[in-house]
Amino acid sequence: MATELTAADARPNARTTVDRGLRARRRQERVVGFVLFGFSAVSILTTLGIVAVLLFESSTFFRQIPLIEFFTGTRWSPLFESPHYGILPLLSGSLLIAGGAAIVALPLGLAAAIFLSEYAHDRVRRVLKPVLEILAGVPTVVYGYFALTFVTPLIRAIVPSTSVFNAASAAIVMGIMIIPMVSSLSEDAMSAVPRSLREAAYALGATKVEVATRTVVPAALSGIIASFILAISRAIGETMIVTIAAGATAVLTLNPFTSVQTMTAFIAETAKGEAAHGTIEYQSIFAVGLTLFAITLLMNILSNVVLRRFREVYE
Amino acid sequence: MSGERPGPDVRVPRPSVARAPEAPPAGEPPPAPTNRNDDRFDVRLRARARFGTVFAVLCFLATLIGVLVLAALLVDIFRDGFHRLTPAFLNGMPSRFVERAGIKPALVGSAWVMVLTAIVSFPLGVGTAIWLEEYAPNNRFTRIVQTNIANLAGVPSIVYGILGLTLFVRGFALGRSILAAAFTLSLLILPVVIIASQEAIKAVPNSIRLGAYALGATRWEAIRYQVFPLALPGIMTGTILALSRAIGEAAPVIMVGALGFISFVPTRPLDGFTVIPFQIFSWVSRPQVAFQELAAAASIVLLALLLTMNAAAIWLRNRYTRKF
Repeated sequence: MATELTAADARPNARTTVDRGLRARRRQERVVGFVLFGFSAVSILTTLGIVAVLLFESSTFFRQIPLIEFFTGTRWSPLFESPHYGILPLLSGSLLIAGGAAIVALPLGLAAAIFLSEYAHDRVRRVLKPVLEILAGVPTVVYGYFALTFVTPLIRAIVPSTSVFNAASAAIVMGIMIIPMVSSLSEDAMSAVPRSLREAAYALGATKVEVATRTVVPAALSGIIASFILAISRAIGETMIVTIAAGATAVLTLNPFTSVQTMTAFIAETAKGEAAHGTIEYQSIFAVGLTLFAITLLMNILSNVVLRRFREVYE
Repeated sequence: MSGERPGPDVRVPRPSVARAPEAPPAGEPPPAPTNRNDDRFDVRLRARARFGTVFAVLCFLATLIGVLVLAALLVDIFRDGFHRLTPAFLNGMPSRFVERAGIKPALVGSAWVMVLTAIVSFPLGVGTAIWLEEYAPNNRFTRIVQTNIANLAGVPSIVYGILGLTLFVRGFALGRSILAAAFTLSLLILPVVIIASQEAIKAVPNSIRLGAYALGATRWEAIRYQVFPLALPGIMTGTILALSRAIGEAAPVIMVGALGFISFVPTRPLDGFTVIPFQIFSWVSRPQVAFQELAAAASIVLLALLLTMNAAAIWLRNRYTRKF
């Protein structure tokens, strides 16, 4: 840079030296831009890789198991003498547990968001918010341990017929885990509602709770709904809590006190059991993975659409 | 929103003046000395205020539930596992005998995986962030890259495990090794690193760049010597938090094939391995209570590790972040 200029000035052919420096720097600029672009391509390649792997490997699976049977079959028993590959039991397991988690997390998370955004003192919020965020940072195996050794005995004390591995325990703990997703995204949306709206409501004689529930929440609704969808999508994709606490029985049931198997738990169990490469059982991992990926991707896109399409913009 | 919002719960102005002139409907007897409408308003106002208090208390309790469960989780784990947490446990090999079992291979494995993941994900993530913030033209392709990163952040970790199993374990023939796990976890946390780095780069004011350009710097020189150093604390904070997520993940590691039982300490990137979350998983899956206590003890170690990393991230942010 500057040194090149002074060094160049001292010599008669200063002009060409500067030019050469400039040319080198321009070349460096191009190379760097190219390399950084290459780095960015990795994230695109990751997506393509995921899609390609899932599609390619499950295509061999679907050559043996027709799509209709896969999506409408009510029995999932890859290890039986005559194996059945109907994904509905796994799907219902995932939805049962994600639904249970939603029943826990959505009201609690929304209430926490209202409290943090509308009621809490600055000092209280500065303590409570990071503590809630810790809930999202606890490793899921640790949650699994907690569900199995703490929550399950509690449930069994209330409903004695509950089996050791059950959907309810996994759902409750997973609900606790996704509270911060709901609460922090919803709180962001509620904090973005301009103060003038609240003041207008107060001026019309509304009490604080009326301002919170009838002005702020409706105004922030797109953000709140988006946070709900994201949290449920996260619950569907979660693996360890369900593998540890919900068991490995693929049954089509809505009873939360029995053992169920989710899509994620099946994938983890099968991979752990080291199913031989090339067997149809091994390939079923990819078919289930593809279904899981499609569901979570659709939900994430949906949450984005809700956020963009239905956002109230205040300027 | 701060607490100074005007929010008197109860003392809503009483519009008695406005109500008083309301003429009673014809044919009815003249109003009693106290206005009936006014009375009803008072009653309803009290009910509304009561409802407001109840609602506030409920919201507070809902917030507390999360905190209480967190406390219960910590108490549960410490009660079950603390007495197993001995030097022999930290320094021992997994064993069929509870008294001798330890987590040394898992600790070393986690350290290996963390370091390799950091080496892979840091340049990739920061490079992508720099490209997106400083180089990328504002066109369709850039928007696709950006949207894609947001979507990747929402892909379940087990799907990354499937990718790792097919691509790294089999495709690149890395086997069930530390390196395969590190590559898989790098892809998993890459979106988080990118987004955090982008935030940090965005926070550097444009005047810094313009100043560098005015002195004759090329774009890369402006980034290398001005923007990057200023954004580094934010980037480091985000990377450490992302790494702490990688350290706690078990699902992708199961897919990539961590060993359930390991009798050696890994020394090379292509060695077989286990990590702490996987060790917890294999202990918790055993029916014996004693092994579950080992799982609790290993959970304490894992939580302590994560707490340290988070504390380091927060310290970095508070110590080095500059406001402009």
